[in-house]
Amino acid sequence: MTPDLPADPTTSDPTTSDAVTADAVTAEPAPAAATHAEQWRRLSPRMLAVHPVQELVRALPALVGLLIAGSSSGHGSAWSLVGLGLVILFGTLRWFTTTFRITPEQVQVRRGLLRRRVLTVPRDRIRTVDITANAMHRVVGLARVVIGTGHSSRQGDDGLKLDALVAADAARLREELLHRPTEPQPVCADADSAASTGQLATTSAATTAGRAEPGDPETRLATLDPRWIRYGPFTLSGLLTIGVLLGFGWRAVSEAGIDPAQVGPVHDAITQLGRAGWLVATIEVLAGLVVVSAVASTLAYVLAFWNFRLTRHAGGTLHVTRGLITTRATSIEERRLRGVEFSEPLQLRAVGGARCIAIATGLRVGRGAERGGSLLLPPAPRSEAVRVAGEVIHDVRPITCQLVAHGPRARRRRYTRAVGMAALLVVVFVALRRFAGFPDWAWEASLALLPAAAFLAFDRTRSLGHALVDGRLVCRWGSLVRRRSVLSCDGIIGWNIRQSYFQRRAGLATLTATTAAGHQHYAIQDVDLAEGLLVADEAVPGLLRAFLAAPDGEPAPAR
Amino acid sequence: MDSPQTETPPAILELRPPRHRVSRTAIRYWTVRALVEWLVLAAIQVVWLLATDSDRRAWHIAGLVATALVCAAHLIVMPQWRYRVHRWEATAEAVYTQSGWFDQERRIAPVSRIQTVDSERGPLEQLFGLSNVTVTTASAAGPLKIRGLDRDTADRLVDELTNNTQANQGDAT
Repeated sequence: MTPDLPADPTTSDPTTSDAVTADAVTAEPAPAAATHAEQWRRLSPRMLAVHPVQELVRALPALVGLLIAGSSSGHGSAWSLVGLGLVILFGTLRWFTTTFRITPEQVQVRRGLLRRRVLTVPRDRIRTVDITANAMHRVVGLARVVIGTGHSSRQGDDGLKLDALVAADAARLREELLHRPTEPQPVCADADSAASTGQLATTSAATTAGRAEPGDPETRLATLDPRWIRYGPFTLSGLLTIGVLLGFGWRAVSEAGIDPAQVGPVHDAITQLGRAGWLVATIEVLAGLVVVSAVASTLAYVLAFWNFRLTRHAGGTLHVTRGLITTRATSIEERRLRGVEFSEPLQLRAVGGARCIAIATGLRVGRGAERGGSLLLPPAPRSEAVRVAGEVIHDVRPITCQLVAHGPRARRRRYTRAVGMAALLVVVFVALRRFAGFPDWAWEASLALLPAAAFLAFDRTRSLGHALVDGRLVCRWGSLVRRRSVLSCDGIIGWNIRQSYFQRRAGLATLTATTAAGHQHYAIQDVDLAEGLLVADEAVPGLLRAFLAAPDGEPAPAR
Repeated sequence: MDSPQTETPPAILELRPPRHRVSRTAIRYWTVRALVEWLVLAAIQVVWLLATDSDRRAWHIAGLVATALVCAAHLIVMPQWRYRVHRWEATAEAVYTQSGWFDQERRIAPVSRIQTVDSERGPLEQLFGLSNVTVTTASAAGPLKIRGLDRDTADRLVDELTNNTQANQGDAT
C-alpha cells in the first residue's frame, strides 16, 4: 500500500473546469497549492484490478460470440479484441486521472485525461450519499460513493461519483458528509487513508468516539421479512430481466453467427408450436412467459432487497441498506423529505401488497424507483407499508384517512375517455377489415378492449381522491399503478390549474401542486374547480387570495 | 400576508383571470407561425401528390382541400381565442399566468420561490417585436411562460420580478 499520494503535478493545472449542475455546483480552478491540510486523494488502488474485469464483463457477450465462432470468421473478431484492449486500457487510466479531496466547505473531484475537469459540490448542498458495491467491489472490499445534490433529479447527471473507495472509508465519508458536526472540525485530515487500511481503523475509531451519541443513534423502522418474497412474482421486474437476458443472448448469438432457429431445443419448440393450433400456441407462449417472468421477478426481488433495512439516524437521516450481491446503502436527509408515496401496482394490489417511495428534494423518482435511491420499502404486506409510511412522516393519518371522492362528473370523464378510446380502436380495426383486408379475428379480438377499458375506468374512478390532513396534501390516482402521494404543504411551490375544453364544460380541473421533490408535480385529477381552489387556498394560505373572486365577479372580501 | 385563519373563505371560490392581456401583435404572430406549420404540411402533401400516378390523384387533391379547410378554420379561430385566453399578472407576492386556447392552464407561483427570470425572443418573434418571459421555480414542473409580450413590457416585468426576487433570499425548495 502506498502511504502517501501527493497531488500529481500533471493534474494540478486543469485546462477545463466544468460544473455538474448550473447552480448547485460551481466550477472553479483548483488552487495551485493546497493551503489546507486537505490534499488531493486517489481512489483505492484496488480499482486497478477491478476496472479491467468490469470492462471484460461488459464485453462478455462479444467474447462469448468470439469463442463460439472461433477465429475463422474473419477480421471482425480481431478488431473486437483490439477494441476490448483499448477499453480496458482507458478503464485503467481512469484511476490515474481521478483525484478528489474534501475540504470543510466543499467536495471536489478532478478527472479526465485530455479534458481535465474539476467538479465541485459545496458541502451544504449535499442531499444524498449513496454507497453501492457490486460483486467485484465486494470481492476486493470496495464501495462506490455517489454524492447527490439537490438538482440531480432534474438534469441527467448523477452528481459526484467516487468509484471506488475502501468500504469502511466510504461509510465514514458518508457519516462525515451527512452528519456534520455543528462546529467545523477538520475532516478527512488523514489524506492518505484511502490507501492505508491500518490508519483507517484508527481514524474510524476516533470518529466514533468523537461523536459519542448517548444510546443507539439508529432506530430500526423496517427490515425484510423473508415471507415478503412471496410478493416477488408480482413486481413485473422479471419482464425487464427477461428483456436484458434476451438482449444478451441475441448479441452473443449474432456475434457467433448462429441462426437461433437451427439450434436443437429452439428448433423443436418452433416446430411444436407450428403444429399446435394458434389458440394452444398462444396459451403456451403466454404461460411460458408468465412462469419465466414470475421466477425472474422473484430472483430480482431477492437480489435487490435481501437484507433490506430502513433505519432512522439520530443525526436526521433515513438509511436504506439492501442487496444480496450488489449492496446498496442510501441516506436521505429528513430535512429534504417532503412526503411519502404509497404505491400499489394493480397486480400487487390484487394480492394485498404495497410499497413506499420517499418524496425528497434531490432524489430521482421514476425510471424504476427501485434502482433510484428513493425506495423506502420494497413490495410488502399492505399493513406493513402503511406502518412504515406513517413512521417515516411521523403521522399515519394521511396514509389511512378517507379521501374526498371526485363525484359523478369525474366518473363520467374516466369512462368516456377509457371506453371511448377502446371504441375508437375497434372502429379502426373494423375499417382496416373493410378497406385493407385485415382478417376478421383482428377486430373481433379488439372487442375485448371494451370490457377491459370499462374495468380500467371503474378502477381509476375508485382511486381518484384527495384530502388535506395536518398540513399535508394527499392525492390518490391511477389504476395500473395506484399511488397515494402525501406531500407536505411546505413543499408546494406553485399551482398549475389545467382545464381541457371538456373539463371546463364539466366544471372540473386538474389541480397540480408543483414541488422540488420527487416527481416534481403531484396532481389532483378531475376535481371540482371550486373544491380544488378551496384545497389550494387552504394548503398554501395567501397565495391564491389575491386572485380569488366570488362567483358574481366581485373580488373576494379583503381580510 | 394577513392572517389567513381569522376568516373562513367564501363557500364557493372562483379564480379570476389575470389582469393583463398580452400584446395585440401576438395575434398576427400566432397566425404567421401556424401558417408556416400548415405550409410545411401542405408542401409534403404536394410532393406526395406529384409522386403518385394520375389515377390516384383524386384522393390526394381531396386531402389537400381538407388540409386547406382545417388550416383556414385554425388560422381564423386559434389566434383570436388564444389572445382572449393569454393573460398574466405579477404582484409583489405571486406571478399568475393563463395560457392555451382549447386546453387552458393557469399557473401560480409565489415570488419567494422564483429561481430564475428569463426573457427570450425567437427569430420570428423579433420580427414582430415580441418577447417571452419565463419564470422558473425549483420544480421542474412549474415554469411560468408568458408568451407574446411587447418588448418594453417584457423588460419591465423582468426588472420588477428580479427586484422582488432579490428581496427574498433562501433555498426556495
